[in-house]
Amino acid sequence: MTAISNYLKSLFLLELLQGLALTGKYFFRKKITVQYPEEKTPMSPRFRGLHAQRRYPNGEERCIACKLCEAVCPALAISIDLEERDDGTRRTTRYDIDLTKCIFCGFCEESCPVDAIVETRVFEYYGEVRADLYMTKEKLLAVGDKMEKQIAADRAEDSVFR
Amino acid sequence: MANIEIDGKKLEAREGAMVIEAADDAGIYIPRFCYHKKLSIAANCRMCLIEIEKVGKALPACATPVTDGMKVFTRSPKAIGAQKGVMEFLLINHPLDCPICDQGGECELQDIAMGYGSDVSAFSEGKRVVPTKDFGPLICGDMTRCIHCTRCVRFGEEIAGIKELGATGRGEHMEIGTFIKLSLSSEMSGNIIDLCPVGALTSKPFRFTARAWEIKQHATIAPHDCLGSNVLAHTFRNEVVRMVPRENDEINETWLSDRDRFSYEGLNSPERVTQPMVKTNGKWDVVSWDVALHKVVDGLSQVIKTSGAEQIGGIASPTMTLEELYLLQKLLRSIGSGNIDHRLSQQDFSDDAVVPVAPILGQSIQALEKNDAVLLVGSNIRHDQPIAGHRIRKAALQNGKIMCVNTLDYDFNFPVAEKIIASPATLPVELGAIVKALAEKTASPLPEGLEPLLANVTVEDVHNNIAAHLIAAKQAIILLGRDAFSHSKASALRALATQAAKLAGCDVGYLPDGANGAGAWLAGAVPHRGAGGSEWAERGKDLATMLRADLDAFVLMGVEPELDCTESQLALKAMQQAGFVVSLSAFVSDTVKDYADVILPIATFTETSGTFVSAEGRWQNFEGVVPPRGDARPAWKILRVLGNLFDCAGFEFVDSQQVSHEVRTILADTSLNNKMQWRCPESLNVGSVTYESIPDRRMYAGDSLVRRAVSLQAVEKSHDAVIRVNQSVAKKIGLENGQQAKATNNDTEILLPVMIDSRVPDGSVLMPAQLPGAVMQGVESGAVTLTRA
Repeated sequence: MTAISNYLKSLFLLELLQGLALTGKYFFRKKITVQYPEEKTPMSPRFRGLHAQRRYPNGEERCIACKLCEAVCPALAISIDLEERDDGTRRTTRYDIDLTKCIFCGFCEESCPVDAIVETRVFEYYGEVRADLYMTKEKLLAVGDKMEKQIAADRAEDSVFR
Repeated sequence: MANIEIDGKKLEAREGAMVIEAADDAGIYIPRFCYHKKLSIAANCRMCLIEIEKVGKALPACATPVTDGMKVFTRSPKAIGAQKGVMEFLLINHPLDCPICDQGGECELQDIAMGYGSDVSAFSEGKRVVPTKDFGPLICGDMTRCIHCTRCVRFGEEIAGIKELGATGRGEHMEIGTFIKLSLSSEMSGNIIDLCPVGALTSKPFRFTARAWEIKQHATIAPHDCLGSNVLAHTFRNEVVRMVPRENDEINETWLSDRDRFSYEGLNSPERVTQPMVKTNGKWDVVSWDVALHKVVDGLSQVIKTSGAEQIGGIASPTMTLEELYLLQKLLRSIGSGNIDHRLSQQDFSDDAVVPVAPILGQSIQALEKNDAVLLVGSNIRHDQPIAGHRIRKAALQNGKIMCVNTLDYDFNFPVAEKIIASPATLPVELGAIVKALAEKTASPLPEGLEPLLANVTVEDVHNNIAAHLIAAKQAIILLGRDAFSHSKASALRALATQAAKLAGCDVGYLPDGANGAGAWLAGAVPHRGAGGSEWAERGKDLATMLRADLDAFVLMGVEPELDCTESQLALKAMQQAGFVVSLSAFVSDTVKDYADVILPIATFTETSGTFVSAEGRWQNFEGVVPPRGDARPAWKILRVLGNLFDCAGFEFVDSQQVSHEVRTILADTSLNNKMQWRCPESLNVGSVTYESIPDRRMYAGDSLVRRAVSLQAVEKSHDAVIRVNQSVAKKIGLENGQQAKATNNDTEILLPVMIDSRVPDGSVLMPAQLPGAVMQGVESGAVTLTRA
């Protein structure tokens, strides 16, 4: 019985036509291809891209050098040195993230008690040498300054779930 | 014994013990903040509330004594409920600043809040804020974090003996602070950092250095006093960043002196030498080890060739390890020089032949607190050996009679039953009077030759009282401290003290300088004895002779003679005139650079393995906790290689344990005791001088490491550069408080304001010594002339 059925299927090119029907169906559907980089896919406010350090509205850096992100980082990508600044506050003298080590898990952001270290929506960055992917405190603060509006909006949007 | 049951576990507890003690012994955990086993019970934090069968309310485990048949529940719903309630109350006013708090990660409140805290508080009003208090250069006081357990207050009252901290205000307004704006002055103040269960009191030098979870912990031994306190060195990125006590009930209990706790700062001092250096034509060059060691060999060989090996002197610090001291003496003796000494504070070496094998405590440290009578001779035990001072304080609190014969009326933290404050010149006479009183009371004969010396000595009430206390005591000890060692008639003091102990039937003990004051003797770092106390046939020169002998070469190990030696001016001159000076040192100063020719960087006690022999005679081994800085090497390795380069036999050591094993083998049947053959002093009078200077030694200037501990130096900043005399001396010379005076001591002339200080005895002038970088470095004991400037 099976032999006859297989014979008929191959005789009338049934499976080929089934495949062509699927192709035909998509041929007339609306296309979803995104013309990157002119067009971009929608992004979650929780997107975990390039890191940034934030500031308070008065310009003071948020980071208090508690070292929780350094402790939680599973890739050991963060290294922090700290000091007591002249005004008595606890501040970092070095805050480095090695992006070549980073696995973008977002734990650092999760652990931060003052929302200082965050991951932004920026994912289009590159480095010509490895050192370019070694984010220092100055670089991180610069990203933060540039992206603050978006960062703040994203945190606000996500805050209801926290 | 009472039979009790905790959480269904049947236990036997000591009658009168508190429930929390019984639970701790059985390994059952009860949360607590205010309870500490070495402090009195306050029961004010209420965290240890537990349920007891047939008792309606929850009771504090720390203040509830066990009774026979008691059934305790520490995890019942009632107990847990009570503990959670207390936790919520404690967290009402505790700030949520764990991320910036140094205690974060090692905080008792944080830990217990994890177990008993709730994530929501019923309290939504504002938290209180208490201004940060300045407790001096060692301790940070973020008092908003305080939960008022009063451990620090009780520590001050009960252990340190100075009520410096207290609670003012009540309820929400209660604050812990110093009553008057004063920084903490206790020599053990650092312990309140360990005691504080929260981050209210934290270490200032450590502030914001590292997190608890980043630190590695290593066991080691404190290097400053002769007790060998057990410590834990905390390291971060290969640097020692903190020292905390390691509990040892036989030595330091749970405490640690500030000197041992904060001196680690010196380890990271900018004055550390990290590379071998050689001076050529007055210019210092950094060279390789090979070059430096060959320069040492060439230099010393040259001296041996031209003027003989006896022109080489070796001076070592008693803070060096047993192994290093042993190898140094072995090396010097192998190349033909017996001139080796470690007794930096000593001036009088006349009784070398009869002194014990090693100056030891004569009792265990633990036994010190059981004495009914203690006679301190020339000792500021509270500052020189704070942990022993604490034991003496314990003895005093148990009605022990503590008495002293001192050259300065030291501010002790225990009641002193009898005291004699005499100028250095009259110190032997005063001790002689006590011996005379003892002989009269016990109707024993005085030893040979002493009778005529004591003929004119009058025995007063105070001598009689001291003698009576010593005789009446079941257990008593006469302790000779630092001032007795450095006294110009130290041999007389030793002989008289030994005699007094013999007459009174009590112990005699020594509190030698340095961590290895006893070990240096066992290692043979003395001119007249080899390792193990064997008489050395060819007696070398002792320190005093070396400094006066215009030697051609010196080998220094861990020592800065111009600061460490009592005869500091002389020492500096001896170094400057010597043609070839090799300094094995971890630190370098401009003075050292001026006179030294080769500087070999050595590893500090945290970077090398070795042994300290404490005054008890306890051998304590330790390992290095961090790698040596730069190109520095452990001194025992350097000495071993020098031994090989000189082709000396017996220098084939591979590790430091082989060295200590060799010392142990030599020592095999040597027993340590302070028995001493009677040797009559020639006279008890020092000779008549109008005024005698007493060098005012700073507590934190004892060795090259502590002198570089920045925070400890800041504590002593208040150590005024003044000349102190008492009222009657000032009157005689016509000086008033604050007036400029000129003091001439040996060749040093000092111009300083005068301060009238009743602690100073008649006929004495207290002069600042060991002030870093000042001319006052060179103050020595001896005659001084004082005039109005």
